This record gives sequence, structure tokens and C-alpha cells, in this order.
Amino acid sequence: MRITCPLCGARDRREFTYYGDAVYADRPGADAAPEAWDAYLHLRDNPAGETRDLWYHEMGCSAWIEVTRNTVTHAVLSSRLLAERGTGGPSGGDISGKMKPAVKRRGKPA
Amino acid sequence: MPSLIEKTACEGLLPVMAAGVTLSELPATRITSVAPLNGKDRAVAAALKALGLGWPAPGRSVAKGEASCLWTGRGQAFLIGADPAGLAGIAALTDQSDGWARMQLAGPGAEAVLARLVPLDLSAAAFRVGAAARTGLNHMMLVLSRPTAESFDLMVFRSMAASAVHEIRQSMAACAARASIG
Repeated sequence: MRITCPLCGARDRREFTYYGDAVYADRPGADAAPEAWDAYLHLRDNPAGETRDLWYHEMGCSAWIEVTRNTVTHAVLSSRLLAERGTGGPSGGDISGKMKPAVKRRGKPA
Repeated sequence: MPSLIEKTACEGLLPVMAAGVTLSELPATRITSVAPLNGKDRAVAAALKALGLGWPAPGRSVAKGEASCLWTGRGQAFLIGADPAGLAGIAALTDQSDGWARMQLAGPGAEAVLARLVPLDLSAAAFRVGAAARTGLNHMMLVLSRPTAESFDLMVFRSMAASAVHEIRQSMAACAARASIG
């Protein structure tokens, strides 16, 4: 299995660490209802088909990425930097957060 | 005051020769991690230009003479063999000079030796001269670059120098054994 890191290109799965469903990146606000926190912490879909999850390019460039893949066909469909997901987290908007995903490998500072 | 003996990371381990390749230690030099501060990307690129280098694209390195700049991650590069004084105030700088073991694997069989340990396509077409990658050397983290067609520069954590040399020696021996039986 190969996963495409938006920065490094297609890499072997063993370079990545699986973290879990992509909803981990959508943390409820501090004043959210207990039900929202319960769902965030404990409730996960178990789709037969497309799913999105978080991977860490641990043996590579240390980027957190969101991978869309199909649990039925095992196809890895797309990936993007978590920083580009637009959650408004503190990691967005830096030098490489602005880089276009991928394959183009253009990394000149903006 | 005790008299301390300075040792390089691979002291007593290298060089090693087999299978038409030589693994040797690169001379100790200054290594600085460079992470541009918010909004200072252009200034950092300009300061690196002044050194004859530049900000490397992902997966690439920029070299001039003994100095080089390797891409090592989002918003991070390693400046090797150059004085980072011009980057002060515009980038977060960390001196990592003694944190790494730097080795060179050179010779026509270098690709085959590394292919047993590194999960990347290292053919000249895929991993071109000037390429740089963070990847794994078996179970170790590795910063790999290709300064010339027949040589690779390898950086592993200094504490893992002996393990890295062991792994590469094993691979060299395996390649030599395979060549000897045709």
C-alpha cells in the first residue's frame, strides 16, 4: 500500500502512522454541549466505502495529512495536508501550508 | 579539568568498502535547522541566496561548493556547511551540528546497497541529482540526498551511527555475495 504525501509524493505505508478518523481534527468548541464532546470522543462511522482519516508521515517529512480512501477497494483516493484543511488551527498559513498539494513539488516560499 | 578527546560520530567505524561501494564519514561541519518565521519566507530565501543557495523545494536540495541547504519538512530546511548568521531574526535556527552522523555512500553499486534498506525508488530517473528526502533506513529515520549520480549523502541521528553502519555493511556484504555467484 502506498500513500501520497502532498509534499513527498507516493511513499510506502510503513513511513506513516495511522491516527484515526479525520473527525479528530474537528474538535468541538470549549462551550459545546456534552453530547458533542461525547460524539467527538467516542462515536465513529464504520463506512463500507469512502472514508477519511489522519496519518502522520513519521518516517518522512513529519506532516499530518488527511487521506481519503475506500475501505472496500482499498484504493487511496486523495490526500492533503491537514494544515490546508481549513480548520483554522494554529498550524495553518505558514510557509508550506500555502503550497499547492502535491505532485507538482513546487516549494518556493510564497 | 579533564582532557576530553573529541570524536566524530562514526569514529572507528568507517570507512568500509565492499560491493564496489565505499561508505565513509563526511567531515564534521555546521548543521543548522532553519524554520522561517511567519511572513519571513521571502527574507529567508533572500538570505540563503546571499550564501549562493536558496530555499529548497520539497524533496530537493540546493548546493554551492561545500555549502548546501536540504528540504527536511514543512517550513523547515537544514543548512549544512554554512554560517547561518544572515538568517538570525527571520528564522528559528537550531544548531544540530553534533546531533547527526553524516556518511557518504559512493560507487556504482550504491543504489543497489541502499535499495535493501530504503523504501524509495533510488534510480537516477526517480531520485535525481539534487534530490533530498526524509525517509527510513530500515527502522531508523534518515535524511538522504544525492549530490552526484553515484553518491548518496546519509544523515542519521548520531546515537544510531553504529546501527546505521551495521545495517549498511550487511547490505554491502549481501550485494557482494550476490555478485560473486553471478
